[in-house]
Amino acid sequence: MSYFTQNSLLSFLGYPVSLQTFLPLSAPSLHFTMDWQGQKLAEQIMQIMLLVFAVTAFVAGYVLGSFQMMVLVYAGGVTLTGLITIPNWPFFNRHPLNWLDPSEAEKHPKPQVTVSSKKKGFKR
Amino acid sequence: MHSFGYRLNGLLTFAVTILALMCVIASLSDNLNIPSPSAEIQIMNINWFQKQPKGSDEVSLRMNISADLQSLFTWNTKQVFIFVAAEYETRKNSLNQVSLWDAIIPAKERAKFWIRSSNKYRFVDHGKNLRGKEFNLTLHWHVMPKTGKMFADKIVMSGYSLPEEYI
Repeated sequence: MSYFTQNSLLSFLGYPVSLQTFLPLSAPSLHFTMDWQGQKLAEQIMQIMLLVFAVTAFVAGYVLGSFQMMVLVYAGGVTLTGLITIPNWPFFNRHPLNWLDPSEAEKHPKPQVTVSSKKKGFKR
Repeated sequence: MHSFGYRLNGLLTFAVTILALMCVIASLSDNLNIPSPSAEIQIMNINWFQKQPKGSDEVSLRMNISADLQSLFTWNTKQVFIFVAAEYETRKNSLNQVSLWDAIIPAKERAKFWIRSSNKYRFVDHGKNLRGKEFNLTLHWHVMPKTGKMFADKIVMSGYSLPEEYI
């Protein structure tokens, strides 16, 4: 696979891709986080998947006349939903917030609060 | 939905809540089932009919119980508990009920049966009222669900009577 297609594939999966080196910035590790958009997406996926699996499990159990079937299908659905929405998969991190670099922050010092105007008492 | 633990907790809570809802709906679906059970009890033999030393009458009888209770079972049925009770009236009590025999039916396949048995539990009166007594035999059943509401009903069979004198 050429660097270009590999890059496109990685960026599609949500891996942060650097433009200079055409290689992923960080290898898959446990230190991934989700960004805010990803958290919202994870919550939506979880709710919808659980509801869909609940309905599917109930219909399957009712049609087959087996309570056990309903519980098994639902348990499988809960596990699958957990595997998709709980770990910090890369596709939940497609809109990361880039915190300001420390060296850049030093160039813009915090504005000073002027203390002189807050004396006790008021002198005319 | 901030951290791993937060999402795990949210998922498990939501999953269990939905499971509770599914169980409620499963229990409600039992109301869609209209059962049509049938039963017949014959008294084959009165083994003995005595007056106890304390003064109460006691009967031992042999019954042939046959029933078809398969329509009681739904997908949400764990087991069906049935019992046969003798019901009669005396001067002192308007209704006396004595449980004679019971059984647990664990599955639909076992719900169509016949059994010949003497009474499992003693048929004893409060007093000496049983001579020549006419009584009903009622087959009661309790449909015990896997989750939700238990249904109970009965079939009343009348026309049975005890001998006039002690055997």
